[in-house]
Amino acid sequence: MTELNARENQKANPFLSEVAQASGEKISACFQCQKCSAGCPIAYAMDVLPNQMLRHIQYGHREKVLTSNTIWICASCYTCSVRCPNNIDIAKIMDTLRALAVHSEFKPGEKDIPIFHSAFLDTIKSRGRIHELSLILQFKSKTKDFFKDAALGWKMYRKGKIKLLPSKFCGGKKEVKEIFNAFEKGARQ
Amino acid sequence: MKEVSYYPGCSLHGTAREYDDSIRGVSKLLDIQLYELEDWTCCGASSAHCTDEKLAIDLAARNLGLAEKNDRDLLVPCVACYSRFKAAEKEVKEHPEKVHLSYHGNVPIRYALDFFCDDGILEEVKKKRAKSLSGLKVACYYGCLTVRPPKMTGVREYENPQHMDRLMKTLGADPVPWCYKTDCCGASLVMTRTDIVKKLNDRLLSMAMEAEADCLVTGCPMCQANLDTRQGELEKETGKRYNLPILYFTELMGLALGHKDVRKWLHRHITDPMKILSAKGLM
Repeated sequence: MTELNARENQKANPFLSEVAQASGEKISACFQCQKCSAGCPIAYAMDVLPNQMLRHIQYGHREKVLTSNTIWICASCYTCSVRCPNNIDIAKIMDTLRALAVHSEFKPGEKDIPIFHSAFLDTIKSRGRIHELSLILQFKSKTKDFFKDAALGWKMYRKGKIKLLPSKFCGGKKEVKEIFNAFEKGARQ
Repeated sequence: MKEVSYYPGCSLHGTAREYDDSIRGVSKLLDIQLYELEDWTCCGASSAHCTDEKLAIDLAARNLGLAEKNDRDLLVPCVACYSRFKAAEKEVKEHPEKVHLSYHGNVPIRYALDFFCDDGILEEVKKKRAKSLSGLKVACYYGCLTVRPPKMTGVREYENPQHMDRLMKTLGADPVPWCYKTDCCGASLVMTRTDIVKKLNDRLLSMAMEAEADCLVTGCPMCQANLDTRQGELEKETGKRYNLPILYFTELMGLALGHKDVRKWLHRHITDPMKILSAKGLM
């Protein structure tokens, strides 16, 4: 553990130490230069800017951080991470925060995105590979928004871009199920 | 004859079929033998690493373990898969105890664009080129995860990469300088926050047009689908005219190498590339 992480723990700020430890990143090294937010292509739609996010973590504002829409709409493009003068991998911290948010008592700051991720993982678990049409139908059955993009879907179908049936494939499915079972057991503990 | 293992990934069996077909077609012309990994499974993509790091690493490591069984490099055409594989590779090298599956970090993972931009292959392309793409102005769009984070990708010029530009020049095309080469298109939000994706698309397409590009070239199935499919919708909302074809770099390679199926690949695009290519005398 780095010196900075250890110092963070001493400050008795449980949320800061939790995020620092899970991400392995030196969150207290942020000095608010705001380069992350300046380069972020999605900053305009975020309720908490990336630099503000780091400050909120330093302050231990758990609810503010875990209920933000920022952690969900971050596209993981790593622009912030490569431009940070203190080498803080901010995109990696966003991953950590999403995982913490999923297991928290709070309602997520974005409605559809966590639903999409869970539909995506369900599809991998049951089929081993992603069959795009199955994924879309599963996502739509959860969000009840059947008409959005229907016209585009038809256009893509006519261009031969939509495969109606999943490919016949059985190898590897069992192993993927085992990976998920191990993960679910771990997550339940 | 060069031999590589091939992990197409889920998109290339669906919306990005033409990318898969053009990689296979071009490889054949360049004497590269592809061995598709048997029983490959999904890499986990964004949804796995957005949910749980360990799950993400395991889903990627399973495929890398399969590839490690033989002595070949692994060719990966999808940027999302590539990024997840490089993350798993980093994890197994730094924390081998955290990876439970049989994978030891010994397989070279090659992103398709990087692979086809190798000096040896560029030489081969130069030798076998049947047609020069001269007069075709292309905006090389690298996107985010092809170059970032450089500690995983190893790309040195990650703010202004040049390798696709070099490949395009080898084909005879004219890559234009533009400033959004590595800006994100937001593809992982395409189903959920389409509003954000459209805004990013408008920025990218408008900038490529300002740079007077005839088309945009990519090596990412998500960027391609994202930028190609929504131009009509976007035109209605912004009042602008885009009509900018979004091509895979392998399709242009096929065109320059004289592959017989180029028309079939290009026909699957929503924004029609035929008009501009015919106008330039290339089809």
